[in-house]
Amino acid sequence: MKRSTTKAALAAATGLALAAGMAACGGTNGADGGDAAETPKSDCAAYDQYGDLKGKSISVYTTFVDIEGASYEESFKPFSECTGATIKYEGSKSLTADVLGRIEAGAVADLVAFPQPGLLQQAIATGKVLEAPAAVAANVDQYWTASWRDYGSVDGKLYAAPLGASVKSLVWYSPSAFDQAGYSVPETWDELLDLTKRIADDGVAKPWCVGIADGDATGWVATDWVEDLVLRSAGPEVYDQWVAHEIPFNDPRIVDSLKEMSKITRDGAYVNAGIGDIQSIAATMWSDAGTPVMDGQCFLHRQASFYGGYFTDAGAKVAENGDIWAFYLPSSDPSTKPILGGGDFVAAFADRPEVVAFQTFLSSPEWANTKAKATEGGWTTANSGLEKGNLKSAVDQLAFGLLADPSAEFRFDGSDLMPGVIGADAFFKQMTSYFAEGKSEQAVADAIEAAWPK
Amino acid sequence: MDALLLHPTTIGGKLLLMVIAIALFALVMAAVLGLAQLPKRQTRGAAAAVFLFPALALVCFGLIYPALVTIKNSFYDQTSTSFVGLKNFATILSSPEFLTTLRNTVAWVILVPLLATGIGLVYAVLVDHARVEKFAKTLIFLPMAISMVGASIIWKFVYDDRVGILSRAYRAVAGWLGAEDPTAPKWLMDAPWNTFFLMVVMIWIQAGFAMTVLSAAIKAIPDDIIEAGRLDGLTGVKLFRWVTVPMIRPSLVVVLTTVAMTALKAFDIVRTMQGGHFHASVVANDFYTQSFNNHDKGVGAALAVLLFVIVVPVIAYNVHQLRKAEDIR
Repeated sequence: MKRSTTKAALAAATGLALAAGMAACGGTNGADGGDAAETPKSDCAAYDQYGDLKGKSISVYTTFVDIEGASYEESFKPFSECTGATIKYEGSKSLTADVLGRIEAGAVADLVAFPQPGLLQQAIATGKVLEAPAAVAANVDQYWTASWRDYGSVDGKLYAAPLGASVKSLVWYSPSAFDQAGYSVPETWDELLDLTKRIADDGVAKPWCVGIADGDATGWVATDWVEDLVLRSAGPEVYDQWVAHEIPFNDPRIVDSLKEMSKITRDGAYVNAGIGDIQSIAATMWSDAGTPVMDGQCFLHRQASFYGGYFTDAGAKVAENGDIWAFYLPSSDPSTKPILGGGDFVAAFADRPEVVAFQTFLSSPEWANTKAKATEGGWTTANSGLEKGNLKSAVDQLAFGLLADPSAEFRFDGSDLMPGVIGADAFFKQMTSYFAEGKSEQAVADAIEAAWPK
Repeated sequence: MDALLLHPTTIGGKLLLMVIAIALFALVMAAVLGLAQLPKRQTRGAAAAVFLFPALALVCFGLIYPALVTIKNSFYDQTSTSFVGLKNFATILSSPEFLTTLRNTVAWVILVPLLATGIGLVYAVLVDHARVEKFAKTLIFLPMAISMVGASIIWKFVYDDRVGILSRAYRAVAGWLGAEDPTAPKWLMDAPWNTFFLMVVMIWIQAGFAMTVLSAAIKAIPDDIIEAGRLDGLTGVKLFRWVTVPMIRPSLVVVLTTVAMTALKAFDIVRTMQGGHFHASVVANDFYTQSFNNHDKGVGAALAVLLFVIVVPVIAYNVHQLRKAEDIR
């Protein structure tokens, strides 16, 4: 009997250790959004409208972690300091994989920032997303353009207000390298092709560097290229029809756009500068692909505004007269100015007064300006209430300027709007084959069309 | 109260939650063990039931229930709302991409167990009674201590086009043989060979497992049997073929089938190394992509069911062999 008691005690002890381990691992990776209002600031007047929310808490779930996540938490501070509410922030890169499961389980945060409108639409289809409150809708109507409102709406009803934004139609270059070689920034697509040829003929280095690898998301960089080219060679109207699948994916105009893209991305004399052959594009991490611009191994790199942070990290000064700068990827017809971009949208799963208040705050110019001041670089928004000067990085200002340009036609990243089977899978895989196997433009488009859900 | 206990925000609250969790766990454990102490007077059946209950409950909630739901989902549409019959299976089986995936999975299941077991067996025999046996065994067993994801990252560097040791070695050898400006193959990109280069990672890990089990089996062969074989004139390869292999056959089968099941579930290696691109995907990776990237629960569940159907015969064979081995004893 004694022996077995000892055994039982041992087993219980082991159990204890296990349970302790589990409890220790069970903590969330969120953090508090600052303590309640102990030191009320003098400039709290703008927050009076949200009322006294002392003791209330609001949970927020986004894809932003590390430095990006910290800048979000920082931007929530004035709200929690002035109203007394606690913001529970959680950031996870796997949001896109787990958010629908969380919604289904009823364990989702009060507010979720969706990085893709397509995923947002799927979430709305579950019936759990609440319609945007009137105050949020009023802010969206006042500060955003109609197309941004549409991406967060279903059947004309607004569900989610836009949050951040990025501009993808940018080409990174080195102003000093351009000066030395006597190159100038091209104004049209044809001029860009001429410049490409001239750089190649000069023979110092190949003109373009491209990389589309990103683990299981390999290919998204290439889909951005295609989208930019469809916008330029087929135009925004065709682009809308193409994304909505009103015309097939292998429509001749789309295939032509792909062929236009191939003039650069599949010409062995033009790519892949400083890295390797055409095939190497499929194996090069997107984050490593642009940095050869800094040491003159490559002259041109097409990538979104958020890539600026990678140059800064590598020690370059990103500014109009700095080491690295970006120009707008020109359109075929200089009178039009299509812009490809992305962004995220905040949907609510609760309508407690404090949630509505915070949701309203996030759609306000106050938040946009606070966020701009809290961010070193790599963030912008299409909220027209943002003061451009509050953005710390020059390229963020450039991106904001493009988003606010009334002559520009903004279009959302098409792969984020297409069904997941296409936008997160077939389109990625086929574009990878386009580089890795040299698959023809027609075959790529045909294969994606065949995969489109019927 | 609910918020306080389930979502503690202060350190004190978190500690309290931990103490409560531990207390609850200890309570359950004590109850189970206390019940098990009772027997003496009771039947063995009751004691067995007490011990079986936690395992059975876990199997039911953690395995059987999800399995049934998955099977159900495989006949429903992507949000599991309406019945679509066999449409998901038709979608999968009519896609050329998936047939490649299936071919890859079959290659994994056949080649990985054979190569891992083969290498492990030869190694076990070679180092048996050698002077550096322990050290040599440790060397091949070490990779077992590395997680699949860790191993994948290591091998990703090995295969890297620019810094990879394999590509460098290839270029050096090709250059030495007289090739002008040689370029190494893109190990992880060129199908179908890339699947083989992915398998190498699992073989590297599993050979250590095979070696350990088989080495123990070889050591368990009674000396008199070996001696009898020797007296009958068997030496070297013949002794190995006619005495060693038949004596360790049950262990061999168990190792082969266990590694085959691991290979069937291969996911982390494929996902970490190249995300299932370049025609090197396997069923488990497709299942994840469909369920969590594409948010198509129906097709995802159908893939899981297919994987289950493929794995059943292997498990059945494994169990059958285990039973046979027990009968011999």
